[in-house]
Amino acid sequence: MSALLEADTANSTTRSTTGRNGRASLNGVKGLGELERSIMDILWAQNTPLTAREVGKHIADRDLAPTTVMTVLDRLTRKGFLLRTRDGRAWRYQPEATRDAYVAELMLDALDMTGDRSAALTRFAQAVSGSEADILRQALTELEDE
Amino acid sequence: MTAAALGALALVCGVAAWRFTAARWTYRAPRVAILLWQALGLTWGLASTGALLSYALQPYGRGVLGGLGAFAASAASGGYGPPSAFDLPHTLALVTGLSLLSVLVSVLIAAGVNVLSARRRHRALLALIARDDPGMPGVRVVDHPGAAAYCLPGLRSQVVVSAGTLQLLSPAELAAVLAHESAHVRERHDLVLLPFAALRRALPWSQVVRDAQETVELLIEMAADDRARRFCSPRRLATALLRFGTAASVPTPQGALGMGAHNGVMLRVERLITPGPAVPQTLRAAGVVLAATLTVSAPFLWLVPL
Repeated sequence: MSALLEADTANSTTRSTTGRNGRASLNGVKGLGELERSIMDILWAQNTPLTAREVGKHIADRDLAPTTVMTVLDRLTRKGFLLRTRDGRAWRYQPEATRDAYVAELMLDALDMTGDRSAALTRFAQAVSGSEADILRQALTELEDE
Repeated sequence: MTAAALGALALVCGVAAWRFTAARWTYRAPRVAILLWQALGLTWGLASTGALLSYALQPYGRGVLGGLGAFAASAASGGYGPPSAFDLPHTLALVTGLSLLSVLVSVLIAAGVNVLSARRRHRALLALIARDDPGMPGVRVVDHPGAAAYCLPGLRSQVVVSAGTLQLLSPAELAAVLAHESAHVRERHDLVLLPFAALRRALPWSQVVRDAQETVELLIEMAADDRARRFCSPRRLATALLRFGTAASVPTPQGALGMGAHNGVMLRVERLITPGPAVPQTLRAAGVVLAATLTVSAPFLWLVPL
């Protein structure tokens, strides 16, 4: 419950920050998502942990307020996507895992290979192997020949 | 009297579920079958717990719900409640009934919470990683060579495909897959699956529960296929299914898949290529009426003492 409340506060502060930058509050949420993406992309591309100021320098949108960058970094840290370490008076941020690891996690979910037959996703079809796959392959050939 | 009626109802549901897993007409009317499964599941849960509680609360003579209220009131006031004291069988029935009820309810809640947090994580990852494709508005693409197409349900459901899927399928097949996934989104099939997945978690040793869950999973896919075929070629949907079924780019771990995985694909392909005769309207209606009667019966017996 407290986590939910925290997320809400983070949301509202961020929205007001983006609002000050002259963005319409309507696309505030979407803009925030885009910003999270580009910040993750920047940090994935770098091999070393960056400070908020360094991240800001990599962002194409130069008008971005430094507080916005810090808010987004904070959000990503709270969501568990970034690790931060103290460096003097600033924090340095780095991705918690590589991009490939996250892609792999998505695919494990998607293929239901975590083995718990969770009802979280509805999947199109599952792949099979060995002799079972041979039966399907033959059916496919027949359907394509007709 | 109520206890006997509820007990009989629970038994009937159990036997019906067992017989129902072997039924094949259901493939020709998956929606009616899904409705019946939901009615069976709900009624079984309410009837089996109700039977125990109704027997245990007989001394109050107020039925299940009234009896529970009276029991709670007397427990809160510290009195001894019922006119005749609880003997051993009644006490046992009360404890068993209340435990079963709380297990069922808490398992359902836990499954719901679990699914929601798994979806939140998945959604957050997609937001960081998936890209939009100009050719397919509203569909998210994950850059991975494996074949995957799925729906992430929620208030704003997302249809996701992998880059491998785009490689694997022809445009017509891809359209069929997307139509299938949109059907899942539209009909909120995830909500149908949730209680069965939860029940399986609660009773992992029960063959009937396992079969029921696998049957409902298959029926839901068939219902989505039926909706998709209105918007695309059933043949292309069938070939897409077969391509998916054979595209094991990631080695499948032993035991992770249901036994019926290949069987399910084949059954779906067969009914897409050669659909059986439609189930007559009267029989469909009978199925719906039966489901409605079942759904009403258990709550009725909970409320009204016989």
